[in-house]
Amino acid sequence: MAAKPTEGEGPGALGTQYRLGSDPHIYVTKHMHRFANPARFLRIAGVATPLTLWPGLAITALGLAWGLFYAPPDYLQGDSARIMDVHVPAAILAELGYAGLAVAAAVGLVWKHPLAEVAARALAPVGAVFAAVCLITGSLWGQPTWGTWWVWDARLTSMLVLFFLYLGVIALSNAFDEPGRGAKSAAILAIVGAINLPIIKYSVDWWNTLHQGASITLTGSTIAPALLWPLGISALGFSLLFAATVLMRMRAEIAQTRVRARARRMAEAFA
Amino acid sequence: MTHAAYIYPAYAVAVIATLALVIHAFTSMRRAERAAAEQRDRRA
Amino acid sequence: MFRLLLARDLALARGRAGAAALPVVFFLLVAVTFPFALGPDARVLAKVGAGVVWVAALLAALLPIPTLFEADRADGTLDQYAARAIPAEIVAAARWMAHWIAFAVPLLVAAPLAALLFGLSAPAIARLELALLLGTPGLASLAVVAAALTTGAREGGMLAGLLVFPLGVPLLIFGAGAAGGSGAGAFKLLGAATLILVAMGPFAAGAGIRAARG
Repeated sequence: MAAKPTEGEGPGALGTQYRLGSDPHIYVTKHMHRFANPARFLRIAGVATPLTLWPGLAITALGLAWGLFYAPPDYLQGDSARIMDVHVPAAILAELGYAGLAVAAAVGLVWKHPLAEVAARALAPVGAVFAAVCLITGSLWGQPTWGTWWVWDARLTSMLVLFFLYLGVIALSNAFDEPGRGAKSAAILAIVGAINLPIIKYSVDWWNTLHQGASITLTGSTIAPALLWPLGISALGFSLLFAATVLMRMRAEIAQTRVRARARRMAEAFA
Repeated sequence: MTHAAYIYPAYAVAVIATLALVIHAFTSMRRAERAAAEQRDRRA
Repeated sequence: MFRLLLARDLALARGRAGAAALPVVFFLLVAVTFPFALGPDARVLAKVGAGVVWVAALLAALLPIPTLFEADRADGTLDQYAARAIPAEIVAAARWMAHWIAFAVPLLVAAPLAALLFGLSAPAIARLELALLLGTPGLASLAVVAAALTTGAREGGMLAGLLVFPLGVPLLIFGAGAAGGSGAGAFKLLGAATLILVAMGPFAAGAGIRAARG
């Protein structure tokens, strides 16, 4: 009984633990990375969660109320341009979220950073929801402005493909019984997707100009400052809520991992 | 307001989806961290 | 080593000749299904023919994915390769080459047949063949990556479809565009898209194989 497993708060709580030799009580912790320390992350996240959550809710409410009730209607599109205030932040966050997912995936794969795996798993569903919101609100914007729910516009199509990429990453990370495998496979897919995303976007642009039949294009008037303010504020609000959600999901997963690891150790100690 | 039948649903979709994400993340964080704390206290 | 692995994979594919013919039969079936849905109007069929053949090729490429690595993982062949220090990237590259030969070559033979059913002209068929020749290596690479990532997954086949669809969009767009007569640019873009997928494939699939071994 040379080395008792270390208790919860150190890096060992999150890292994969390996058995050495036949003595079940000797564990080595694989991930001894300095920044992988969940205690440090949890300290920072504990401060950052309320700082993003509550202002996020307030600022989003302010931005949406402004956009919905106080901003003047767009001179070209009328009131339907108000949908911009929810549509554009969702689009930006869906794309930034994928970039973050790819970075987290790469860090997790290359440096075996356990927090990066947690971050990737926390990010993917949030980004997928924002992509879906972008598609649905875009559809609701398209019907009054273009007279149709869906156009095979380059940007809409790219967002649809991005949404399916998200779904693939999420499905892959949940598709395996053995722990760790899903995270690794999903990380590889996320990186492959990130490399392909510019090509996909280019191909969709190319295809769209090739088939451009109707007079519908997304490029419209430049946005008046009176409409820019509510857009900026709601974009800030949604970004803060995005960050808060990801932080909370990460904290939840770290706590769940810790509970499982302790329960396993207790079971082995009593066996 | 013109096109209210499209604007309100769009805002509703965005708000409901965002709130659902936030509330789900918040409750699962609370539940998991409470479970971890209880487990630690039980052992101590 | 690459040649040895390739020879083994090809020999295995020959052994399952019946199963290997299935994707091509499936490809023809999909292509034949469309006229029933679209109606027999020759102008419509000639217009959509190239695109339909590309969709059928994409679906046919998906079909063998669950078998690409599963047997080798289950019986420990992948572990044997690893124990002999054969890089997973080489294994993946050999599998890609074998898959392309087993799936794309028969498809290239069957494609003119499908094209004839849609009443495509001789130059259009030639363009389609060239586009398929340029695009199927990329399609095969995607299939190998998806197979490596989903080996051992629950419902791996359906999952593989979800993975291949978004990544296959450029191939489909440029491939159908090139076959549909969008000019030399489409062929160049199709070649470029295939080149990127083929260059990336062995590394992504190799990493996937290592992850599958745990």
